[in-house]
Amino acid sequence: MVAPFVRHRGRAVTLPRRDVDTDQIIPKQFLKGVERTGFGPALFHDWRYRPDGSPDPAFELNSPDAQGATILITGPNFGCGSSREHAVWALAQYGFRAIIAPSFADIFVANCYRNGVLPVRLPATLVDALIRSTEGGVYEVMVDLEQQVISDDRGFSARFSAEPYGRELLLRGLDEIGRTLLEEPSIAAYERSHA
Amino acid sequence: MTRTLFDRVWDAHVVRELADGVALLYVDLHLVHEVTSPQAFAGLKREKRTVRRPERTLATVDHNVPTGERSVPIADAVAARQVDALSANAREFGIELFDLQSPGQGIVHVIGPELGATQPGMLIVCGDSHTATHGAFGAFALGIGTSEVEHVLATQCIVLNKPRNLEARITGRRAPGVAAKDLILALIGKIGTAGASGHVIEYTGDAVSALSMEERMTVCNMSIEAGARAGMIAPDEVTFDYLEGRPRVPTGAAWSAALGRWQTFRSDATAHYDAQVRLDAATVGPQVTWGTTPGMVADITGRVPDPAQLATEHERQAAARALEYMGLVPGTPLEGIPIDRVFLGSCTNARIEDLRTAAEVVRGRHVASRVRAMVVPGSQRVKAQAEREGLDRVFTDAGFEWRNAGCSMCLGMNADVLGAGERCAATSNRNFEGRQGRGGRTHLMSPAMAAAAAIEGHLVDVRAW
Ligand code: SF4
Repeated sequence: MVAPFVRHRGRAVTLPRRDVDTDQIIPKQFLKGVERTGFGPALFHDWRYRPDGSPDPAFELNSPDAQGATILITGPNFGCGSSREHAVWALAQYGFRAIIAPSFADIFVANCYRNGVLPVRLPATLVDALIRSTEGGVYEVMVDLEQQVISDDRGFSARFSAEPYGRELLLRGLDEIGRTLLEEPSIAAYERSHA
Repeated sequence: MTRTLFDRVWDAHVVRELADGVALLYVDLHLVHEVTSPQAFAGLKREKRTVRRPERTLATVDHNVPTGERSVPIADAVAARQVDALSANAREFGIELFDLQSPGQGIVHVIGPELGATQPGMLIVCGDSHTATHGAFGAFALGIGTSEVEHVLATQCIVLNKPRNLEARITGRRAPGVAAKDLILALIGKIGTAGASGHVIEYTGDAVSALSMEERMTVCNMSIEAGARAGMIAPDEVTFDYLEGRPRVPTGAAWSAALGRWQTFRSDATAHYDAQVRLDAATVGPQVTWGTTPGMVADITGRVPDPAQLATEHERQAAARALEYMGLVPGTPLEGIPIDRVFLGSCTNARIEDLRTAAEVVRGRHVASRVRAMVVPGSQRVKAQAEREGLDRVFTDAGFEWRNAGCSMCLGMNADVLGAGERCAATSNRNFEGRQGRGGRTHLMSPAMAAAAAIEGHLVDVRAW
């Protein structure tokens, strides 16, 4: 059960790279746990920390303006590769509520919707415009899932369209399993006719 | 209305349409492994739910297990806890488990087909993106996240948006020395790592029909590297021959009935695809990746590309970053790039035919002195078969390490990892930064190409052998 996502205003940080894969988001050495928690500090581990363990000041998330960011703006095909949901757990536990990119990998999107994280697809030109807006220092963005609109205080406004099923999961913070269990008669009927 | 193979499999599994294009679908086979399942089982227990159909669920340990000696306990305490958690969960919920001691243990996508558990027309899921492998049998097989794993355990169903359908038509004759791996790498190079996102790929054409069952698995396996939700190939005589007599496949009258049903899983001649791409197999040479995505790939006769020549700013930046990570200079011929390690393994290329092909290349030769090379069979059954054929001796005589089954250095969750700056010729499927170890540099290629590279100590065109 996750908290509903209706609208959110927060600080944005950019990671202007394409094909950011889930191995980068959460490297394999952090997949050995049996819990769903504790992944935030390991987010983007190999980019975020130098081999000696100190934060790499050149990495975008380590910049002073990025501290407390809850919205990630990034390049196409974000979340590609491994199906590991740990990637979304890490993003969510770090504090991200929404990710804006020109495109996402399919399994990653499914994982986001089940963890209260909104993936927002915008045309590349609009994503580039948002990325430019972050260059002048602290920048806040408003994400409205109910209206399906992204906006800022400087007059930017763009519509996006979320997958209807995923949107409903987020808006209502639904327990998907509980909901499917209500379909028991249909599932049982399917099983009988395919026995 | 005409239908594609994918439409037919989809339609056969709809429990209920939930909304336009969204359906609750029934899962025939749920494969489970130790890394993406513990949180799902924990969720079930927390909510006091059970596994709806344990007999449709099959578990193995593969991702984090050591590939060395099996008689000693797992040295990595954290990994051991995960393996133990799967044993305990399998016991508690009545799920069949192929554990480290089992002769049936292996990479989840190798053992499903090996057992004959993977069958045409099925809907198969697993908390692993390379579940696409099973599509080689005409199944709709896809990777899912851990929340969905929990959902399938509890309900035996999954909610999906119906993906679109892309036909990848591969025609023409492959030249000698060109492998199934080269076809799929060339296709990914052509359409890009997101070229099939939102789609299920159906591979068609005479070059696909000509593939063996294991080669088809290699092709479907890497569908995810093109961004696809799944990859599929219509079942035919090759499929049925492979399946007949396998442990989980029906026999007698049930076999005939199954065969009749399986034959219906194909696309109509006039079926509509949402997108199409074509590839002429005759134009494809052995492929090698030069960058940090599987789409950064070229013919072995090519050179490391110059990022400045690429079309878009995004591509230029990505290529420049990749070359910096890979320690490569634009214009360098790919053939001749020295390597330190060779990894023959993974769910892409560690089945018996892969090992036979690689063994033919190394027979009577020796691994270059600068190279450390390992063979990690895809399953313990593949390993045993290879040993019956004497392939283990061919490899060990040539200086390869001969390991037990697991994912191993495909993702480096166990002790098999690259050191920083080490360059590896790998038969696996991902060359992402750090995938095989932080700072490690991966070049993806076919088993024959990796074997030849091991002997020469650098990337080499296997056709010249
Ligand atoms: S061999 Fe590699 S790609 Fe295949 S299941 Fe294991 S980790 Fe995943």
